[in-house]
Amino acid sequence: MNVVPEQKTGRTLPGPRMRAALLVLPLLVFIGVTFLAPLANMLVRSVHDPVVADALPDTLERLRAWDGRGLPDEAVYEALAVELLAAREDRTLGQVATRINRVQSGLRSVLTRSARRLRNIEAGPWREAMTGIHAAWGDKETWLALREAGDRYTARHYLNALDLQRDSGGSIVRQPEDRRIYITLFWRTLLVSLGVTALCLLIGYPVARLIAHAPPRRAYLLLLLVLVPFWTSLLVRTTSWIVLLQNQGVLNDIFVFLGLIADDGRIAMIYNMTGTFVAMTHVLLPFMVLPLYSVMSAIPRVQESAAESLGATPWQSFWRVYWPQTLPGVGAGCLLVFILAIGYYITPALVGGSSGQLISNMIAFHMQTSLNWSLAAALGGILLICVAGLYVLYDRLVGIERMRLG
Amino acid sequence: MVTTDHGFWRVAYLGFCALVFAFLIAPILVIVPLSFNAEPYFTFTEGMLRLDAEAWSLRWYRQIVEDEEWSRALVNSLLIGVSATILATVLGTLAALGLSNAAMPARRFATGLLISPMVTPVIISAAGMFFFYSSLGLAQTHLGLILAHAALGTPFVVITVTATLAGYDTNLSRAAASLGAGPLRIFRRVQLPLIAPGVVSGAIFAFAASFDEVVVVLFMGGIEQRTIPRQMWSGIREEISPAILAVAVFLIVFAVLFLLTVEWLRRRNAR
Repeated sequence: MNVVPEQKTGRTLPGPRMRAALLVLPLLVFIGVTFLAPLANMLVRSVHDPVVADALPDTLERLRAWDGRGLPDEAVYEALAVELLAAREDRTLGQVATRINRVQSGLRSVLTRSARRLRNIEAGPWREAMTGIHAAWGDKETWLALREAGDRYTARHYLNALDLQRDSGGSIVRQPEDRRIYITLFWRTLLVSLGVTALCLLIGYPVARLIAHAPPRRAYLLLLLVLVPFWTSLLVRTTSWIVLLQNQGVLNDIFVFLGLIADDGRIAMIYNMTGTFVAMTHVLLPFMVLPLYSVMSAIPRVQESAAESLGATPWQSFWRVYWPQTLPGVGAGCLLVFILAIGYYITPALVGGSSGQLISNMIAFHMQTSLNWSLAAALGGILLICVAGLYVLYDRLVGIERMRLG
Repeated sequence: MVTTDHGFWRVAYLGFCALVFAFLIAPILVIVPLSFNAEPYFTFTEGMLRLDAEAWSLRWYRQIVEDEEWSRALVNSLLIGVSATILATVLGTLAALGLSNAAMPARRFATGLLISPMVTPVIISAAGMFFFYSSLGLAQTHLGLILAHAALGTPFVVITVTATLAGYDTNLSRAAASLGAGPLRIFRRVQLPLIAPGVVSGAIFAFAASFDEVVVVLFMGGIEQRTIPRQMWSGIREEISPAILAVAVFLIVFAVLFLLTVEWLRRRNAR
């Protein structure tokens, strides 16, 4: 018989190590290219934006020598005039103006108008010509904004994503009150996720316990009741909630029929936070029940009877004997539901209305509507860091390799 | 006294569980009768409640079967779903074989990386993929969506196959080797037939994930790549009509078929 050498010496040979690694390698490369590279690309985008720097290199070079007090000298004005005209020619002016406008709003029209009018001006002095076109060129704030937008690498988008900004002295301060939106949204996302997780635990725990200790055939049937929603398309489940909860929907109709509410007093249960909360709980509940069930079904039922025969009340036998043994399942379920909840997008987008939007929806807004991709990337970066942290925690506490589906 | 107390709590407990089960399943069931509504409403009409035959109809089913947009969406969903599933299943099964080997270097780290597409918020994956695939010219192509969906589907294959391999007796491979079989032959003739239920389950999970994926399609797909979920998305957001419910019923039937197959495979595997 063949004696396997690695067992004898306690060392693994390069052979099996190599073979295992070679089997994993194709997928690692595939995930690396199709998934991890896009994420890395997004993170780079959140701190790196070369558009302004590429379009106005000479101006920015000269601005760097400027002390930031008073106005820049004539050479800077001349460089900018030349480069603005060039940017207008290659049709990059719009992109440049949008980015500078994000640093200080109002500058988009200043830039586009200046570029248009500069065509008719043949020679300097440029400072006079430009301040003549728009008074903003006589304000040093404009130049500070231009210089800031010209940074190739910047933490500006992360500051924005946290409702912070740099003042003219360069120190980090909070945004003016009316422009603080993201911190509120992060808080809301956190609270909704915690709320949904707690609710899932509260209603999922008894159900998991019932399934885990039912006779096998009945347990299987009950488990199917949890698995059908688990497998049903997310869009279908969201549609169901619209059908049930909307103003002219099934639940409101029933309430009116029963006389609980008047026909003109229908309850707004959807397109607001209630809709988001109910639909999210429904979607995520199976992710709580399944890990709980798998832990609970390994706990012998006789333990509780034993405890009770020794004089424990049902509550004591549950709390002191049963509950501690289910903690691994509680931890796994809560972490999983929480991780999935903080990144939730589809359900809030469809049933959340304006008050039920979460941070993911803001990322989608900046991706698709405002087209401020750097800010979307920064918000995504922050969310990604949170999820990655929770994922590592999940691995430490539960172990990723023990994750089960269904 | 104690026993009646006990009985009361027992009934309360069962009643509570019944409510939770109703919460889980009723929203899905309610869609089925409503999809036969003769009127363009999302609620039961009086006629439906009286079981008036005229209040019920197949018009929404007829509409989606006749509508070219929906049939094109089905073709796209199947094309993207099947291709992504094949890719994910082959790569995922190979990787699971490697990850199940105790000799695999940096096993925990590699597992973490390979499962990460499943827990990353889909909006982040979609945003990152949009930037990256656009720069490669893969946005608004079927190939781009196939690669993206394959990436999102592989964790399901890795997890199910790894779980099945945990129950695989490696002595069987050793026995085959001692009888002179090479590694490929061992895999094909001994290992694969035994882990096949896990592989098929993983493939079903991966297909279901692609078949239900909307955010990546929303960001990366063009008119030519509209899938069923994408079509439903605009249906829900824009011109909401009970035709959506008819599609939903089809999707529920699919889901139940997938579920029963996977559970059947699991029980077979457990025996």
